[in-house]
Amino acid sequence: MALIELIDISKSFDGELVLDEFNLKIEENEFITLLGPSGCGKTTTLRILGGFETPDTGRVMFQGEDITHLEPNKRQINTVFQKYALFPHMNIADNIAFGLKISGKSKEYIKDKVKYALKLVNLSGYEKRSVDSLSGGQQQRIAIARAIVNEPRVLLLDEPLGALDLKLRQEMQYELIRLKNELGITFLYVTHDQEEALTMSDKVVVMNQGYIQQMGTPEEIYNEPENAFVADFIGDSNIIDGVMMEDRVVKICDHIFPCIDEGFGRKTPVDVVIRPEDVIIGRPGEGILDGVVTSNVFIGVHYEMCIEAGGFEWLAQNTVSYPVGAHVSIGVTPENIQIMNKPQSEDEEAMALDE
Amino acid sequence: MSRRIFSGPFLLFILCGTLIPLGVIAYYGITDRSGSFTLDNILAIASPEHSEALFLALLLALISTVICLLIAFPLGLILKDSRLGKKGFMVFIFILPMWMNFLLRTMAWQVLLERNGIINQLLDLVGLPHLDIINTPAAVVLGMVYDYLPFMVLPIYNALIKIDRHVIEAAYDLGASSPQVLLKVIAPLSLPGIVSGITMVFVPSLTTFAVSNMLGGGKVNLIGNIIEQEFTVSSNWNLGAGLSLVMMIFIVISMALIEKFDKNGEGNVL
Amino acid sequence: MKKTFKGIYLFLIMLFLYLPIFTLMVLSFNGGKTMNAWVGFSLEWYEEMFANRQIMEALGNTVSIAFWAASASTVIGVLACMGISAMKEKPRTLLMGLNNIPLLNADIVTGISLMLSFLMFGISLNYGTVLMAHITFCIPYVILSVMPKFRQLENHTYEAALDLGATPAYAFFKVVLPDIMPGIVSGFLLAFTMSVDDFVITHFTRGAGINTISTLIYSQVRVGIRPMLYALSTLIFVTVFIILIVVNIISHKKEEKES
Repeated sequence: MALIELIDISKSFDGELVLDEFNLKIEENEFITLLGPSGCGKTTTLRILGGFETPDTGRVMFQGEDITHLEPNKRQINTVFQKYALFPHMNIADNIAFGLKISGKSKEYIKDKVKYALKLVNLSGYEKRSVDSLSGGQQQRIAIARAIVNEPRVLLLDEPLGALDLKLRQEMQYELIRLKNELGITFLYVTHDQEEALTMSDKVVVMNQGYIQQMGTPEEIYNEPENAFVADFIGDSNIIDGVMMEDRVVKICDHIFPCIDEGFGRKTPVDVVIRPEDVIIGRPGEGILDGVVTSNVFIGVHYEMCIEAGGFEWLAQNTVSYPVGAHVSIGVTPENIQIMNKPQSEDEEAMALDE
Repeated sequence: MSRRIFSGPFLLFILCGTLIPLGVIAYYGITDRSGSFTLDNILAIASPEHSEALFLALLLALISTVICLLIAFPLGLILKDSRLGKKGFMVFIFILPMWMNFLLRTMAWQVLLERNGIINQLLDLVGLPHLDIINTPAAVVLGMVYDYLPFMVLPIYNALIKIDRHVIEAAYDLGASSPQVLLKVIAPLSLPGIVSGITMVFVPSLTTFAVSNMLGGGKVNLIGNIIEQEFTVSSNWNLGAGLSLVMMIFIVISMALIEKFDKNGEGNVL
Repeated sequence: MKKTFKGIYLFLIMLFLYLPIFTLMVLSFNGGKTMNAWVGFSLEWYEEMFANRQIMEALGNTVSIAFWAASASTVIGVLACMGISAMKEKPRTLLMGLNNIPLLNADIVTGISLMLSFLMFGISLNYGTVLMAHITFCIPYVILSVMPKFRQLENHTYEAALDLGATPAYAFFKVVLPDIMPGIVSGFLLAFTMSVDDFVITHFTRGAGINTISTLIYSQVRVGIRPMLYALSTLIFVTVFIILIVVNIISHKKEEKES
């Protein structure tokens, strides 16, 4: 039995549908991430789980029990809020002890637990500090400590790293993975940052407009996006109109590319996804398609180039730099070509995948 | 930079409009009619007539402040949560009477409470006994509450809406019940608003003479009435100034008490 | 259940706040001298009120004092903010503290102290002393409204204007002033309202010959012209109500435009 099950959840605000018959199962001890652009319904899902919103229809099951209308203070679920939401009138120790005092734990127990939690988030000795005296990253750690001392079965994290700078964010990502492994509880993480989602999660749920677009391991999501939305949202991609000529053959920009996909039929219009790092650049005539480099930017590990070829602007990444104006050729190995059905309409596409 | 000289007129007004007058009132307070030093005007507070007036003023001010707080805090909570129409409009409705001259508002209560006034006519109609509180301390308290209630509502409401919604949700999330959230999170976080509301109701209630005169019918003598009469009727300015000094001391003391309470409240878990 | 309770609570407070005001309004349309019984609808008290020289004079004084006091205190307050914001931390804190004294002090003490000072320096009490007193207690409200705007300004736009070749005066009028304008307007309005509303300080600084609406009500409240005062309060309430609704709608529209 899944730990948490969301069954046919719908929710609208002011007549605007945010979640539409949404279904999701969350297993015990899983790091699951809801990923999507703002307004996709991910935060609403989280708030329904935390008990801060009641769905218009549908049920929330926790270990087989219906908790749809259970108040937030009676759920074995704790939340780490986006902007920390620490109690500004209490010191750090009192913040962390809040839930424990409510549940009537002994003074000794609370003291030990606070100390343990602070150690867990690498802030030992901060008991007497005030909230204002802490940096954003430290406040975030306290917010996590405050939630986990209550030993929840599930920890909900609502874009907890959104307000931190890049370096701190990366540090905290590893901290969260470590915490998750040490605590052995379920993490449900909400973010719009695809890198965060791919780094930390066991399972990623990509959402858009209240529907699940794709669910799977980070590798599956990245390597085999099921539709153009996912491909576009996860990393940079070339999404090109193509025609599936027959099994294992696709026509892109009037050129034939061998691929490994089957079962799309003959002469079927499709979307083709090719990751920029999979674009092989060679001398003219060497690849499948010839073109001209139109821009070239060094972005650290590699060069990012735009190549005008076959009437399409290809995004390519390579450790070798080709100057602007250089004549080059483009090729892709068959296994790096991802073929996707064209959606009839956005709703229809999302419904079909929402299972 | 020479920009500082722009504050010249302001400094002049502080000097002539605030500092010198405070010096003058202190001077009058510690001298007699001939201008020689005396403490009689200040010690006069000990006379039964004066100390009773001061005590009554403190008592009535305290009662009206407490009543205002008891009315305003739940009101603030309801207004904060309400989605009744446009939020600003609801608050506007409760603040609006503040913009009307307070003497007119006090006069309205005079009309309502009179022996043959509207309220008693209505009570007659349904056969209930008369409400004879005009010209009693109860009427004065009623007038104070009516006049100064908006001063309590506004700062409390402002403090309440500043509380981050997520902080309250976090408290529920951590297992707190509604009363616990109210007591441990909302009340302490709105304390600055409560404190300034208390000050804004207590000081004018303590020092009023108009409300007590209009609704007390000359029978409820507060320290404000005594002082006012020294200037307008008895013309003993030195005595009036001396009693004003004593009253100021009480204002300062009560403010210090409130301030101290505020500091103790902060950062302390109940 | 909870909702009904909240609704009843709001309704009761509303009743408490508005019943007295509406009673006056109704009585102002009551014909005849007896105030406690409804004689019939009439506008006679309105006619008498407009014909009453005392009331009209007091009304004129109230408005003119409020206008001049608000104008003068706005000019002085804005200048003060310019000066104070250029000061170092210590004098700035000191001045802001002094600025708070009239706000925190009891009106009766402010009134008495001003009256004693005027008389001590041989200034007889009249329209001028009331105006001076009003300017004194209005300045703090202006400063409290304008100062936060100056803080937000933080000099940079002013310096940017100078950098682009503007003279200090040009930079002030074209860059700084538009930015702090909302603060100035609300400061002016606040000062105006406080002046109109004041009774205690006017009571002590007015001398014998002059009345404002407040002092007139206080002196006449036991005498027979009360129904005229009902008419006056109805007029004031309706005016204030309309002005505030208009102001509310304008600021609401502005916010909507900005967002």
